[in-house]
Amino acid sequence: MTAPLLEVRNLRVEFPTRRGTLVALNDVSFSIAQGEVLGVVGESGAGKSMTGAAIIGLLEPPGRIAGGEILLNGRRIDNLPYSELRKLRGREIGAIFQDPLTTLNPLYTVGAQLIETMVTHLPLNPAQARAKAIEWLELVGIPAASQRIDSYPHEFSGGMRQRVVIALALCAEPKLIVADEPTTALDVSIQAQVIALLKSLAREKGTSMMLVTHDMGVIAETADRVAVMYAGRIVEIGAVRNVVRHASHPYSAGLMGSIPPVGRRLDRMQQIDGSMPRLSAIPPGCAYNPRCPKVFDRCRVERPELMPAGDSLAACWLYAEGAPRHA
Amino acid sequence: MFAFIISRILQALPVMLTVALLSFAMFAYVGDPVAIMLGQDYTVAQRDALVADLGLDQPFFVQFAKFVVNAAQGEFGLSYRLSRPVAQLIVERAPATLELALCAAFLALAIGVPMGVYTGLYRNSWLSRFFLTFSLIGVSLPTFLIGILLILTFSVWLGWLPSFGRGDTVNVGGWSTGLLTWSGLKALILPSITLGLFQLTLIMRLVRAEMMEVLRTDYIKFARARGLTNRAVHFGHALKNTLVPVITITGLQLGAIIAFAIVTETVFQWPGMGLLFIQSVGAADIPVMSAYLLLIALMFVTINLIVDLLYYAVDPRLRIGRGKGAH
Ligand SMILES: Nc1ncnc2c1ncn2[C@@H]1O[C@H](COP(=O)(O)OP(=O)(O)OP(=O)(O)O)[C@@H](O)[C@H]1O
Ligand code: SF4
Ligand SMILES: [Mg+2]
Repeated sequence: MTAPLLEVRNLRVEFPTRRGTLVALNDVSFSIAQGEVLGVVGESGAGKSMTGAAIIGLLEPPGRIAGGEILLNGRRIDNLPYSELRKLRGREIGAIFQDPLTTLNPLYTVGAQLIETMVTHLPLNPAQARAKAIEWLELVGIPAASQRIDSYPHEFSGGMRQRVVIALALCAEPKLIVADEPTTALDVSIQAQVIALLKSLAREKGTSMMLVTHDMGVIAETADRVAVMYAGRIVEIGAVRNVVRHASHPYSAGLMGSIPPVGRRLDRMQQIDGSMPRLSAIPPGCAYNPRCPKVFDRCRVERPELMPAGDSLAACWLYAEGAPRHA
Repeated sequence: MFAFIISRILQALPVMLTVALLSFAMFAYVGDPVAIMLGQDYTVAQRDALVADLGLDQPFFVQFAKFVVNAAQGEFGLSYRLSRPVAQLIVERAPATLELALCAAFLALAIGVPMGVYTGLYRNSWLSRFFLTFSLIGVSLPTFLIGILLILTFSVWLGWLPSFGRGDTVNVGGWSTGLLTWSGLKALILPSITLGLFQLTLIMRLVRAEMMEVLRTDYIKFARARGLTNRAVHFGHALKNTLVPVITITGLQLGAIIAFAIVTETVFQWPGMGLLFIQSVGAADIPVMSAYLLLIALMFVTINLIVDLLYYAVDPRLRIGRGKGAH
């Protein structure tokens, strides 16, 4: 196996607050291979967006990376000076945000925003960039692209805007896309189309993707591997077919309990009792222990690290040597 | 576009007519113009002749219509105090006020906007704190006090700048300008600072607040995620989005500057319309007062129109919305 495109090692993100430091991400490690799609799931507040923000270097102050490292193609990027990091953004790592209604600047045409992005990163003159911009709009399925290029964002529907956002994220040909709930804000009827577009473009360009979503259907259809997050940690990570069909960690099992069809949101199908602890009140031992149906003594004392569990890795004592295996 | 301008002008007409009615009412009901014009000794015949001559025996609306027609042609009769045509007096004085007001507005924008951008971007730097403290002074000290303090410092103690008047002026095509002579420029400095300081601090605070607001938006985050340079993000994307409120306030304030020039012109004995107005009030010189009133109203209306046109230029959403009557 070749070296992964992205490697995150023991990432820790802290928020200093007046009432002490909140640890939003703790000991998060994973990697994404060339061309691979990693799905990231978990309840609201688990730290999914935070992980994405840390990777593109856009944590909102006072949030900061307090430990660990992030490597892109073997090169550390978490400690780059701002100007170096900027050159990476868009060019090496693209980002897609949740709400296409707010991610585009209302005062510039979509063409101007595309051209600006390409000219910043690629050796193109304005005329070439414009031609490229039209190509990109065609590629993401905007009809009459050569006319629509001079339209403003508000002249597009939500789905079309998200297509524009996808074009913007991909236009400087990054190797990795961080897509944070790219379809959550869209009309249910077009979510599947947008995901399909994203998937096919990523495949075509060989782009890797970190895909954050609440939609298990999307994960099952799109991702190669999936990471399940809970209270700032990864609790299970493995191939989609393993995690989705035979979840090892009790929390993942709860999440995957029933896989809704594409477009149905997980949080409306919630079936795990209780709610995720706040960052300031994470219980000792396994953070999931107050809600876990399989909790036993060790869980309340010692925190489990990721360990082999079937074909995946899970942070659960059930998979340790000599545990009461009733999984 | 053209239709838009026409409709705005039509909307402005009732405003202008109302102000005209007010200033006409001053003519008709404040003081007795006949008595003022005839002096102490006159016969009844003389009086009747003058009343007929001035049309004062005609019905109210006929008189008002005449007044409006005359006013539209810049015809306001003779000043009681100076016995010269009012229009001529105003034309003589207007350049002084306009140069002062525009210079003050320019100062307010040229210094206020960069200060606002800076304090919005670097909220916690000591320079930002200094600017904010300074702006408190600008907001809280009354104009005349600022003027007097400036005169005390720069004219009386340091002797660098004149304490009153316009300095030497040059007549360029009927416009007497102080901008072309050294003494004229020197004389302009203190009054413009006095007049513009409040607006400067207001614009600074406004731009700061708007910048902070805009910098939090998704499209700014996305612009950063696309790897645009700080310069492009701050000035191309953020600042442009603050322009609509800044244009509104600047427009309103330009009107206010011209209107409030009265105080500054009095402090600096600046030979402009404001000083003329104050002197006219002292002498109950109604024609000058009503002409001034109408002129100020006309300026407000014109500035409002310009502000609307600028919106149109800055924000594409307004261009579409207006045509379709939809958002
Ligand atoms: N400025 C902040 N100060 C303190 N804590 C914060 C701040 N921003 C986010 N957090 C916390 O960090 C944690 C992770 O948030 P994150 O946005 O990554 O969640 P998420 O998994 O993306 O959830 P969602 O599904 O709702 O998007 C949350 O518990 C949140 O409360
Ligand atoms: S470690 Fe214990 S509490 Fe945590 S998930 Fe496993 S069984 Fe449940
Ligand atoms: Mg999120």
